[in-house]
Amino acid sequence: MSSPDQLIIFDNVSKFYGEILGVNRVNLQIAPGITSLVGPNGAGKSTLMNLMTGLLRPTRGTISLLGIPTDQPEQLFRKVGYCTQFDSFPRGVTGREFINSFLLVHGFDRKRASELTHLALERVNLVEAADRKVAGYSKGMRQRIRLAQAIAHEPSVLILDEPLNGLDPMVRAETIALFRKLAAEGLHLIISSHILHEVDMMSDRVVLVNNGYIVAEGDIHGVRDEMEEHPMQILIRCDQPAKLAAYVFAKDHVVEAKVHDDRRGLFVKTRDADRFYLMLNRAVAEGDVSIEAIAPVDDDLSAVYQYLIGTSGGSA
Amino acid sequence: MSAATEVVPERASRLPSRWDLWLRQVAAIFWMEIEKNFLNRRSILIYLLAFLPLFPLSILAVVRPPANEWRDFNQMSVIYSALYNGLILRTVVFFGSAWIFMNLFRGELVDRSLHYYFLSAVRREVLVVGKYISGLVTSMVLFTGTTIISMLLLYFPHFYSQSARYFTEGRGLSQLLTYAGITMLACVGYGAFFLVVGLFIRNPIIPALLLYGWEWLNFLLPPLLKKISVIHYLNSLVPVPVSEGPFAVIADPTPAYIALPSMLGVTLIVLILAAYRIRHMEIRYGSD
Repeated sequence: MSSPDQLIIFDNVSKFYGEILGVNRVNLQIAPGITSLVGPNGAGKSTLMNLMTGLLRPTRGTISLLGIPTDQPEQLFRKVGYCTQFDSFPRGVTGREFINSFLLVHGFDRKRASELTHLALERVNLVEAADRKVAGYSKGMRQRIRLAQAIAHEPSVLILDEPLNGLDPMVRAETIALFRKLAAEGLHLIISSHILHEVDMMSDRVVLVNNGYIVAEGDIHGVRDEMEEHPMQILIRCDQPAKLAAYVFAKDHVVEAKVHDDRRGLFVKTRDADRFYLMLNRAVAEGDVSIEAIAPVDDDLSAVYQYLIGTSGGSA
Repeated sequence: MSAATEVVPERASRLPSRWDLWLRQVAAIFWMEIEKNFLNRRSILIYLLAFLPLFPLSILAVVRPPANEWRDFNQMSVIYSALYNGLILRTVVFFGSAWIFMNLFRGELVDRSLHYYFLSAVRREVLVVGKYISGLVTSMVLFTGTTIISMLLLYFPHFYSQSARYFTEGRGLSQLLTYAGITMLACVGYGAFFLVVGLFIRNPIIPALLLYGWEWLNFLLPPLLKKISVIHYLNSLVPVPVSEGPFAVIADPTPAYIALPSMLGVTLIVLILAAYRIRHMEIRYGSD
């Protein structure tokens, strides 16, 4: 069990913009590792991130990061780095000046600021472009320079709002590898995304957000377990899918059975996977069907997303 | 990254007090802002405004106006006082301060770059101080420069030897320094006002114009209301009083020992208000 000074804690947090709900009654504890905030656009992911970095103030409730309240920036941002979604920069700065100047604002002396700037630029592979004006950068470069600025002061909590937006596949893979490396070094990484396969690839935990509420949280399989009342979808590759469909559909825990387009498989939605597998074993034992393969087709984040939020999460 | 926990105590041990850190942060903010204020493309407008009085004075330096006042050296102090009051103080310093100080925060909200400051390990009050000082230095350098050059441009081209004596042996230098001091004080007062207006009001042009009107109509106001203005205190310090016309309501000038601390006191209060505002400010660019 982690102590409060190792956790990011939302205690009954609500945020309203006038009468519009941002997030409501959020109770959340985030431990070290990579945690993804997942939800459709407008779900409240950025609001949660802005709340945990003090850019927004909660209407109700309290938030602390590693034991530090969010209204104490002088302590908070020694430990926290935040790469926002705002694709904007101070006017006229080069990449190096951008990082270096805010390290000086942090209070680092010139020598240390210069060293940290160089390290950060190296980590995001922008050393060569560092002395060019940020205004001339591509979208991917701007994304990376903002990431470099967020990690430059060596925070122990890194909050990243849609950090992979605008990155080409190769840089995306490198960036995910960097996130993994940072998490392995013991950092908290909190990443928001609506690109689900990336979240699947890099997250230790997910927090599903929709309409300002936390819908579910935990590791991906844990989240799946939270939804016992939701049917689970299984693909059975077999020789007689129509016959199997008729057989299984009679069972009360089977919600839906649909023959695959290639006529060589059957999609089944069941509320009780264990009972379904037992039943399937009996069917095979009785020799009614010959089964080639069985696979749960929805034990990934996309399916969870669809079940819980009612929309597709989008794709890469 | 795992070194983060070591970095803080190491830095803390190198910094004997919070004041050292704050001073260093103020300096970092100050230099960033100074660069923006002086070297930004938008700075051209402020240069044009600051040097506005120098254009007509440069022409007058070459072509002497036919009016008798311009041929009498003793009238120069009155002419300069009128020029200073009407053009430099009420127009250049006023609008220049509005531009510089409103942009300190409002400009960053428009550019969507204020959050970088808010995401730094710096007290927001320190941010206000750093930005305010940068605005102050910018406005003082530009407008005090204009005040001094304008006076020299008025006196020297047509009355060189008299002016040289006036500025070395007479009251010229003390007047020059007084005008420069008033300009600086105006930057302090107007600067604080416009800084806070830029923080509280989405479209600060309207309050700026309202204040401009209030300051211009000051000569018509009853003595008590006159004191609720910046220009009244500044005019009280002017070495050569200017006639405000036949309709002016006459009020005793406020003595310097009251005017100066009053201005500075109000400025301090306004800055505390700005610090409070910035302490509680949220970043919601969409609504700004």
